[in-house]
Amino acid sequence: MAFHVLIVEDSRAMRGLIRATVEQMPDFTSFEAGSGFDALKALPAHKFDLIITDINMPDINGLELISFVKGHPQYKETPLIVVSTEKSEEDRKRGMTLGASGYLVKPFKGNELQDMVRKVLGIE
Amino acid sequence: MQSKDDKSKAEFLAEAEDILEDLNQHLLQMETMVDAGSVDQDIVNAIFRGVHSLKGLSGMFGFDGISSLAHKLESLLDALRLGKVEITLDVTSAIAAAMDRLKDLSGDIGRGGVESSGYADMVAMIDEAMVSRSLSEKKTITEDLEIDNGIVSVLTEYEEHRLKENIKARNNIVLVKARFDLATFDKDLTALNDKLRGKGEIISTLPSSGINPEEGIEFNLLIGTKDAFEKIASEVAAPRISSIEIKYRNTAAKSEAASSSLRSLSKTVRVDIKRLDRLMNIVGELVLVKSMMLQISKELRGMQGFTGIAIDLYKTSREFDRKLGELQEGVIEVRMVPIGQIFTRLAQAVRKYAAELKKDVEIEMLGEDTELDKLVVEDISDPLMHMIRNAIDHGVESVEERARRGKPKRGHIQLNAFPKGNRVVITVDDDGGGIDHEKVKRRAIEKGLLDPGVTLTRREMLDLVFLPGFSTSEKVSDVSGRGVGMDVVKKNVAKLSGVIDIDTAIGRGTKFTITLPITLAIIKALMVKVGREKFAVPLSSVLETLMVTHDRITTIEKREVISLRGETLPLLRLDRVFGLDDDGTGGAGADFLYIVVAGIAEKRIGFVVDRLVGQQEIVIKNIGEKLKNIPGIAGATETGDNDVVLVLDVESLIDEATMRR
Repeated sequence: MAFHVLIVEDSRAMRGLIRATVEQMPDFTSFEAGSGFDALKALPAHKFDLIITDINMPDINGLELISFVKGHPQYKETPLIVVSTEKSEEDRKRGMTLGASGYLVKPFKGNELQDMVRKVLGIE
Repeated sequence: MQSKDDKSKAEFLAEAEDILEDLNQHLLQMETMVDAGSVDQDIVNAIFRGVHSLKGLSGMFGFDGISSLAHKLESLLDALRLGKVEITLDVTSAIAAAMDRLKDLSGDIGRGGVESSGYADMVAMIDEAMVSRSLSEKKTITEDLEIDNGIVSVLTEYEEHRLKENIKARNNIVLVKARFDLATFDKDLTALNDKLRGKGEIISTLPSSGINPEEGIEFNLLIGTKDAFEKIASEVAAPRISSIEIKYRNTAAKSEAASSSLRSLSKTVRVDIKRLDRLMNIVGELVLVKSMMLQISKELRGMQGFTGIAIDLYKTSREFDRKLGELQEGVIEVRMVPIGQIFTRLAQAVRKYAAELKKDVEIEMLGEDTELDKLVVEDISDPLMHMIRNAIDHGVESVEERARRGKPKRGHIQLNAFPKGNRVVITVDDDGGGIDHEKVKRRAIEKGLLDPGVTLTRREMLDLVFLPGFSTSEKVSDVSGRGVGMDVVKKNVAKLSGVIDIDTAIGRGTKFTITLPITLAIIKALMVKVGREKFAVPLSSVLETLMVTHDRITTIEKREVISLRGETLPLLRLDRVFGLDDDGTGGAGADFLYIVVAGIAEKRIGFVVDRLVGQQEIVIKNIGEKLKNIPGIAGATETGDNDVVLVLDVESLIDEATMRR
C-alpha cells in the first residue's frame, strides 16, 4: 500500500525536511505546497492519503485549510496532522476541534513525525 | 565530509537570510508608520510571522541561539500584535537591534558553523521593552455577532483579536462571499483583496468547496470597515460575488456622505527631468553614506558592546536609513506620470494607420491612470506604437477575411496597463489571425536565420519573430515596413530591464505582454562574487539561490545543466563568460557550487558563482562608450566600500546561453 502525502508549509527548508522525513518511510510519496493557495490547487489534482499542515501562513491559515478539507467531498475522511510551534497552543487546540487527527510541536524529531504519520494512518 | 549536513545548513541559511531581509524591510515600514502615528496591523503581523518562521526553522535545524532569541522576540511581537504592548520607536529599535543580532548569529553559522555571538544583552533589552511599554490588560468585549460559528471557529487567536478590535473601533463587519474557478482563484482573489483592502481590514479568508467541487471554490471574506454596508455592497458587487452580508452593524459608524467639497485647483510645478535625475543621484550617493555609517556603527559595537554611544549611533543611523527611504520614495514619486499621456497619442496613430490600410479597427484603452517613471513612459511609446501598427497591419484580417471566419466586421485591439508589484504590465491584444509558429519557423529558415535541422519548441519558434531581419508579412507594406521590426521593440524593452512575451492562437488573435519596472533609478540587487570580481544581479530577475554538489551537473548537447524539480536548468559559468581567473578561494568549497537561478519571461538560467555576498540597493550608472557593447553587462554601480561593481544584464546572458546552438 502506497501513501501520498500533501505537505503545506511556507518555509522552504522546513518543507524539505518534512518531505525527506516522510519519504524515508517505504512506499511514501509526497507533494509540497508552499502556501494555502497552492494546497487548494493541489487537492483536486491529486489523491492524497494524508495532509500535514502548518498553521501560520500568509494567504489562508492552517485552520481555514482544515475547515476546507473537512468540507470537501473527496477529502472529508482524510487525516490531517498540524505542525506548529508552542506559541500557537490555542490555535492548535482549535485545529483539533476542527477535525485534525494529530499535532506536533516544532521542533520535533524525525521519528516523532514518522510515528505520528503511522498512527493517524493506522499502520503500526 | 558530511555533505548532507552542509547542504541542509546552506538551505537553512538561504531561507534565514530571505526572512531577515524581509523583516528588515517591514520593520523600516513599521518605524515610518510609528512616526506618522498610525501602524498598519498587517505589517505588525507580517513581522510576527517572519520571526515565528525563523524560530521554528532554527529550532528544527538545531540552532539554539537563533531559536532562543527569535523566541524572545516573537513574544514581544505577539504582545504588539495583540495590543498588549504599545508600539513606540524605542520598541522598534529594540526589535531592530535583536534582528541585527540574529543576522550576526546566522553569519556565525555561515562562517564556522557555531553560533558564537552572545545575545543575553538582547534578551534583557526585549524584557525591558515589554515591561516598560506594556498596556494594562484590556477587557475583551464579547458581543453577540450573527456570524456562523463555522466562520468564527476557524479564526486564529490573532484573527479573533482583530475581529474584536474592529468591533471595538465601531466598524461594520461585512461578510463577502465570492466564487472563483479553481484554475484562476489565486489571481482573482488577490484582485478582490486589493479592492477590499482600500476599504478596510480583511480579517479572515475562508475557502470552501461546497457540495460540488467542479463548480469552483468559494471564499468567505470577513471584513472590518468604516464604510457603510450599502457603500461596500455597491462598490464591490461583481459577477463573481455571490453575496455580501452585514454581520455586525455599528450604529455609530457614519455613512460617508458623497463628498461635495470643491476640488482645489491643481497646484503644479513643471520641472526638467534632469533636475530630478540629479536629485536621484544624490539619493543614490546617500545610500552609500548610509551603508558606511552602518558599518561604523557595527564596528563601534564590536569595540565597546551595545552600550552608551553605540546605542545612540545605532538609533541615529536607523533613523537616517528610514528618512532616506522616505526621501527616495518621494523622489521616485515625483518622476511618476500616468501612462495615459501616451495612450492618447497612440489612439490618434491607430485611426490614421487603419484609414491608410483600409481596415476597420477599434481600439480600447484601459488603465490610463497607471503610473510609470517619466523616462520609462517616453521610451516605451515607440515600441508600443510599432506593436499597434503590427497588430493593425498583420494581425487584424481584412474585412472580407473576417467575414469568412465569422468574426465581427470591425477588428478590436485592446491596450491595457496595470501595476503588478513594483512593475507595470502593458498588454497589446488583438482579435486578428494569430501567429502561425510553423510559418514563423519556415520564414526564419528561408531568411537564413535558422538552421533547418534544429528542433524547436513552439515557444522557441514564436521567439524567432524577435530576431533582427524577420518579417512574417508576405508583402512588405508601407505601414509596418518602416525599418523597425520586433527585434527593435525587444531591444527597447530590454533596455528598460523589461520583459516581453507572446501569447497567440491561430485564427483567434495575439497578445503581447510587456512587463516593465516602475523606475530604473534605484533597484535591489543580489551581490555575488566570482573569482576576485563582484557582480550585481538585479533582484527582480532572481528566483532562488541553490547550493549543489558537482555531481548534480550533467551535460546535454554540450551545455551544462542541472535538473531542478523535474525541469532542466541550463547553467552559465560567469568566470568563463567574462574570462576571469579563479582566485582559488572558491567560497562554497571544493564540494559545492552556488547557483543563482534567474529568469526573464519563460526563460530560466542558473549562474554559477563562487559566493553569495548579500542584497543591496544600487543605483545603476551607464558605463562609458568603450564598455557599452560588452554583452552581458547592463551597467555599473558603486558600493559602500567604494568598489565599482558591474551589473549583469540577465536577459542577454540568457540569450547567450540558450540561443547559441
